[in-house]
Amino acid sequence: MTELFGFSTLDLSRFQFATTSIFHYFFVPFTVGFALIIAIFQTIAYRTQSPRMENLTRFFGHLFFINFAVGVVTGIVQEFQFGMNWSVFSNFVGNIFGVPLALEVLMAFFLESTFLGLWWFGRDRLPRWATLASIWIVALGTSISAFWIIIANAWMQHPVGYTIQNGQAVMTDFWAVVFNPKGLEWFAHLWTGSLTVGAFFVLAVSAYHLRRKHETDAFLVSFKVALVVALAGSAGVILAGHEQGQSAVRDQPMKYAAFSALWDTPTGKGMPESLVAFPSNSQGRNTFELSVPYVGSLLAFNNFSSQAKGLHELQAESVRKYGPGNYIPYVWPVYWAFRIMVGLGGVMLLTALYFAWRWRAGKLADPGRLYPLLLAMPLAPHLANFSGWIATEMGRQPWVVQGLLRTGDAVSSLRPLPVLLSLAAFWVVYLLLIGLDVYLLTRTARAGMHAPDVEAQGMPAPHYLPEGGTL
Amino acid sequence: MTLPLVWFILVAATFTIYFFLEGFDFGVDLLRPFLARNEAQRKALIGTIGPFWDGNEVWVILAAGAIFAAFPTWYGALLTSMYPLFALILLALIGRGVAFEFRAQVDDRRWRVFWDVTSFVGSLLPAFLWGVIMANMVRGLPLAAAGRYVGGSFDFFDAFSILGGLATLALFVLHGATFLLLRLHTGTELHTRAHRAALTWGAFATVLVLGFVYLGFVRDELFRSFGLSSWLFPAGAAVNLALVWLALTLRRDRLSFIATSLTILFSTATIFLSLYPNVLPSTLDPSFNLTIQNSASAPYTLRLMSWVGLIFLPLVIGYQAWNYYVFRQRVKEDAGGLGHGY
Ligand code: HDD
Ligand code: HEM
Ligand code: HEM
Repeated sequence: MTELFGFSTLDLSRFQFATTSIFHYFFVPFTVGFALIIAIFQTIAYRTQSPRMENLTRFFGHLFFINFAVGVVTGIVQEFQFGMNWSVFSNFVGNIFGVPLALEVLMAFFLESTFLGLWWFGRDRLPRWATLASIWIVALGTSISAFWIIIANAWMQHPVGYTIQNGQAVMTDFWAVVFNPKGLEWFAHLWTGSLTVGAFFVLAVSAYHLRRKHETDAFLVSFKVALVVALAGSAGVILAGHEQGQSAVRDQPMKYAAFSALWDTPTGKGMPESLVAFPSNSQGRNTFELSVPYVGSLLAFNNFSSQAKGLHELQAESVRKYGPGNYIPYVWPVYWAFRIMVGLGGVMLLTALYFAWRWRAGKLADPGRLYPLLLAMPLAPHLANFSGWIATEMGRQPWVVQGLLRTGDAVSSLRPLPVLLSLAAFWVVYLLLIGLDVYLLTRTARAGMHAPDVEAQGMPAPHYLPEGGTL
Repeated sequence: MTLPLVWFILVAATFTIYFFLEGFDFGVDLLRPFLARNEAQRKALIGTIGPFWDGNEVWVILAAGAIFAAFPTWYGALLTSMYPLFALILLALIGRGVAFEFRAQVDDRRWRVFWDVTSFVGSLLPAFLWGVIMANMVRGLPLAAAGRYVGGSFDFFDAFSILGGLATLALFVLHGATFLLLRLHTGTELHTRAHRAALTWGAFATVLVLGFVYLGFVRDELFRSFGLSSWLFPAGAAVNLALVWLALTLRRDRLSFIATSLTILFSTATIFLSLYPNVLPSTLDPSFNLTIQNSASAPYTLRLMSWVGLIFLPLVIGYQAWNYYVFRQRVKEDAGGLGHGY
């Protein structure tokens, strides 16, 4: 196939897919976690009938809208890009993969897009319970959406309930696809991870205003709610992640070995856990390595003796099974991305615990010395998500459907030029979007619950203050 | 009726609903710079579609998802062959979607102008390109075996497809104008201007649609496959275009909107009927045609999808209709934000 500046259609398509997915994934876990938190605020407002809580809900709702818009528009690209860049893949998996995707549209996207409008614009037209129900439906919709897409992705990592017919994967058992054990585990990890994205954002915004003694009562409520969510989320993401690691050893041993930079199957007793390593694919070993004995066995198998297979042994097995080829993923980014994710998970849990301790000590209204950390924390879950996907997706190369279809065979028969042009255009637009998103979020978040200097029209009019009055 | 045929009809129906719904919000966005003279009027025009546009757009996502699941080969061949056109549509929809939400966030004239231009271009491109895509779909593309595209990267434009694009563009603008007649208070300045726009664009749309039908139907005999009732659907579109004009002259707002809706319905039906039994014909060799049968998913998937559709489609249509009902009041032109714009 022809190349352009040394890039083939395959290279460009891979880069484009990674770009669009990762950008989409900056916005959606935020939506998933944030929607739930806002639904909780709306519930408190509903039960207490407090105008202050109502305003707090509208304030965070305004922030939610800004981010949701970008999540939606980057999602549209996702729906089309399989056919555009990966037509061989689409043809091969459509029978199976298309179903959760279509279910996602029917069960989630229509729900979110309709009820979000009803929640925000319909407030003075609908009974109060209907407004409350609308935001809960939105929150439910975002989670349903995450569920189906993860089921789709999990099938590619761990194909179940299918046979191969005329060069296509054909579904034989829908429920096996839905209850793919890999998918359920992943959903737990992703969903709790999404909680942390929403929670650490709300924590930062609340701390900022608590610091400034602005609307202290309201922001104390939001701080507490978010703290509980952050605790549950970061504990959950670690527990589920641990499970995922253990299932990776079984299902995708090559990926697991890359996570651990484990070149040779351990000899001797137990398996060490690598702490720092500089893996090199060309030399087929780590140029530097520091590890602790037995911990690897503990993490992967809950004992002190079992061992996972190393990359070299797995390569030989794959050659025997699938024919000649290189089946070892690019270890360096996979290894480090995995470690960054895990490290950040730890930092998140510790931060949440620290503030829980301050809460017990009755010092919550003053964020204390860790205040700057709190302001930076919203970045942590995003970075963890980013590295988590890098580890997951690069760790399964060269397969796009594990054991069935190679990424190199999945690509559309396109010339490189149109792909290069679209890639460049997506980058420009996405950078602009992320810049605007961050700008508008910080701007609106910092303004606090004053009547804003702008009046929104096609979109939400954020009247935080009752007509003509102050709080 | 076989399952693949059912799904072909459902895909056609999804596109029809999409063009019917998003058609008017493209139209409203395209008319905005010409109808609104000041910020209050611009806000009112945005307010007419504010609570609806996002839900409307999901229909195209459904169309893509349904083709993917029910006709995987069609999905890959269609999107790969017209790659640049779809990339442009996606970029346009991105711009238009964020314009809706971001325009109001900063009170600055240049900021608003930037987003106004974005939503204009973001509606112009898809309104035109959907017609081009439909025209190319009907005429066929250079496809080799298994739907592999072997044509050039950028040659989708000729008189037929450009005329197709202009026809959808004009139809959507007309549809937007008649939608505005229902959403604005009668007797206001905006309403009067929308009425005038509808008359003008009604004329354009009639000429363009007739031209498109002439080229495709009469000259190239593309619309050959529908046997006995071959004239029914294009004739239906033509009758409804005439009806639009009649309704506008009699100032029957609701009737004129119904007529533009039916025009879109008949036109989309014409396109899909003329495809039948293919989904994407090959210009190289009829044996490479992608047909409803050879590009469809296996029966298991289609049966499953049918149940899913049977359960969820009525639900979706139900709550979307309720959404329109909740926001049924007409928008006042100078009352500011949507919050009090009624
Ligand atoms: C908030 C984000 C976040 C945080 C704090 C963590 N993860 Fe994670 N992780 C993800 C976000 C994420 C993710 C982006 O959501 C991934 C990518 C694919 C997936 O299913 O979830 C992921 C994948 C992923 C995988 C790959 C599964 C596979 O490919 O088979 C493993 C083994 C873990 N995680 C384990 C962990 C552990 C042990 C953590 C402990 C601290 C952890 N993750 C924290
Ligand atoms: C559920 C549907 C998904 C499918 C079908 C899918 C499929 C693919 C494909 C075809 C590639 C290209 C091969 C390659 O670049 O190596 C890829 C790579 C990638 N995907 Fe996924 N993926 C899915 C979900 C996601 C999601 C949700 C994310 C993250 C947000 C993601 C992150 C990535 C990354 C980072 C790469 C680049 C890895 C690399 O270049 O080696 N994927 N995936
Ligand atoms: C790679 C495959 C993916 C595809 C094809 C896809 C498709 C889409 C589409 C078309 C939209 C816009 C919906 C609308 O207009 O309302 C969207 C939004 C959304 N997606 Fe994705 N998506 C993918 C990955 C993901 C992942 C991995 C998640 C979550 C875990 C996710 C969760 C969501 C959510 C919650 C929304 C709602 C809008 C928002 O959050 O801002 N998607 N997606």
